[in-house]
Amino acid sequence: MLILIIYISIFVLAYVAYKAIAGFTVSKTGFNARKTVTFGDESSVKSNRAASIISVISIFLIWGAFTGSKITPLHVPGPFVGDTSFSYTATNEQNLTSQARVHIRVGLIGQDFQKPEISDNNQSGFAKDDTLKVGAWRSALIRVQNNDEGGKVKGYRVTAIDGNPIAPKQSVEVADGVVNMTKKGSLSFVPDKGWQMEPIWLPAPESVVSRLIEISIDGYQNVTLLENLGWSLFRVIMGFTFGSLVGIPLGYAMGLNGWFRGWFDPIVEFMRPVPPLALIPLVIIWFGIWEQGKISLLFLAALWIMTISARAGVSGVNITKVHAAYSLGASKFQILTHVIVPNSLPEIFTGARVAMGVCWGTVVAAELVAAEKGAGKMIIAASKFQQTDIVIMGIILIGVIGFGIDILMRVAEQILVPWKGKG
Amino acid sequence: MSENKPSSLRVDQISMTFELPDGNSIEALKNVSLNLEEGEILSVLGPSGCGKTTLLNIIAGFLAPTSGQVILNGNQVKGPGPERGMVFQQGALFEWMSVRKNIGFGPAMKGVPAARIKETVDELLEIVGLHDYGEKAVYELSGGMQQRVALARCLANDPDVILMDEPLGALDALTREKMQGLVLKLWKETGKTIILITHAVEEALLLGERLLVMAPRPGHIHKEYRLPFANLGVDSDLRSVKKHKDFGPKREEILAMIWEMEEDIMGRKE
Repeated sequence: MLILIIYISIFVLAYVAYKAIAGFTVSKTGFNARKTVTFGDESSVKSNRAASIISVISIFLIWGAFTGSKITPLHVPGPFVGDTSFSYTATNEQNLTSQARVHIRVGLIGQDFQKPEISDNNQSGFAKDDTLKVGAWRSALIRVQNNDEGGKVKGYRVTAIDGNPIAPKQSVEVADGVVNMTKKGSLSFVPDKGWQMEPIWLPAPESVVSRLIEISIDGYQNVTLLENLGWSLFRVIMGFTFGSLVGIPLGYAMGLNGWFRGWFDPIVEFMRPVPPLALIPLVIIWFGIWEQGKISLLFLAALWIMTISARAGVSGVNITKVHAAYSLGASKFQILTHVIVPNSLPEIFTGARVAMGVCWGTVVAAELVAAEKGAGKMIIAASKFQQTDIVIMGIILIGVIGFGIDILMRVAEQILVPWKGKG
Repeated sequence: MSENKPSSLRVDQISMTFELPDGNSIEALKNVSLNLEEGEILSVLGPSGCGKTTLLNIIAGFLAPTSGQVILNGNQVKGPGPERGMVFQQGALFEWMSVRKNIGFGPAMKGVPAARIKETVDELLEIVGLHDYGEKAVYELSGGMQQRVALARCLANDPDVILMDEPLGALDALTREKMQGLVLKLWKETGKTIILITHAVEEALLLGERLLVMAPRPGHIHKEYRLPFANLGVDSDLRSVKKHKDFGPKREEILAMIWEMEEDIMGRKE
């Protein structure tokens, strides 16, 4: 909630600041500047570069600020780390009271730290000082009665913390934390958590980067990063290739022949809306959890998309082009190869882009379920050991690769079907 | 380019009736007959729904008439063929091919050697005034230029008859006038037999040695004219042809005729 409010305020502030600055610097000489109707005119809406850059930077700033990152300048308050203490008042069976202190050292989890030393343990009262170590974001029980004289005797109880009375199931705020009393009368100390996220929820950006470097060099669970990503890509390419090899001819047949269309329409129309992920259990039952199963799943994911796009490509051919080709003396086979196929390529490329995207999403999900190697396998294994930094690194890599696939497909489309949309 | 074989086209008592999905039947053409001599240019005019495009599609072989036949050079037309070239209004060029490949499409399908195709295409690019545009993609050309390519592509196949289905209908007025001149020039230079469908009265008058006015319900030939303007237009510019003393009266006469038909259709609908 707090993060959302901060994010919205950054959005608004950046917009106001940009408007104030741009008011002086952006030139007003272009044609668009002369338009009086801009609201509703799609052509006058240009994606603002500055907004994109500020957007990405602010995500990293917020991420850094809430994880105590070293690379961002501003941080929200972190958890308390260091030494602190509070005093407690104990009452014994004779209704006498005595005071002592609890000395606490709060350290980061995963780092070695010792309990604090007590300087003076020769107190006059029956209550004696205690020491305690707690991890940041954690809590710890303190059995103050253990070293107090008469602490084990019935009637002994803690009645106040730092002079504030306390009873079972109540808590008292002390310096750098809160002291809770359980219903049986034991004390527990919870150091201040601050606003930052614990690394196991969200690691700092630099620890994700250092994980990336570490894993790309040493690998994770004896599998290198390239191997993991390579296996995922390999499955996608295999599934997509088989899907296209079957789907495109099937789509052509459906586009060119009424019997084929009638025969396969119910199957295609039924299978198309079934999410590939829903097929995972059946594919595992039929083909097992190994490569055959995953490639079959991706084949099915790509098949219907490619079939439908090839069929749409054939159906979309302008009849005058076909008539023109016949009038120029082309045979049926020549019509197919010189008119129908090139005319359908733009549609097929659009389908291929969608299919690659779907396959990439499906392969990661399939690897989450069962795989030895792969991007999905890597993050699900890391999540079981609460290695959140690896999980986040994996998610970012999966996103980057998905984006890269889409860019590659677009470039291929521009090179191979420059006539797209120009018919 | 022309091998000068005698090409006579005979349309013999063609009727075309078909049933609509709602059960009504439409009589698109009824007993249409016409004869074309080699090298003749015929324009066909009529209100929408008079069956002129249906007639052209039957001659092209895309539709089979319910009765009657089309005979070209003694052979009955049974389907589309390269001896009857088509020029469409628009959208018939192959945008995945360069201008050159588009024009050479017909010969390439016949398996003519590449060198000879290149010769033919070069010659045609020159004739239609596109010699610098051979390697361009067709979608880079303007509408008028695309129709020049369509004309050249049709001529590259050396057809006996050229069928034009409102080839200039999608062009702006200025381009259209230039293209009308080009059609006349190509007609005279190649000596092809041409049938041109149009709904523009002036165009029909300018480009037809003979002009057929068709009438709807059922589609039939209403009136036939023999006109001097096409031959006049070959040697002088079209603007001066339009000033010919007979041009204006003919235009008004035909316009009145078509108006009457249109009003008739409206009246029957109401």
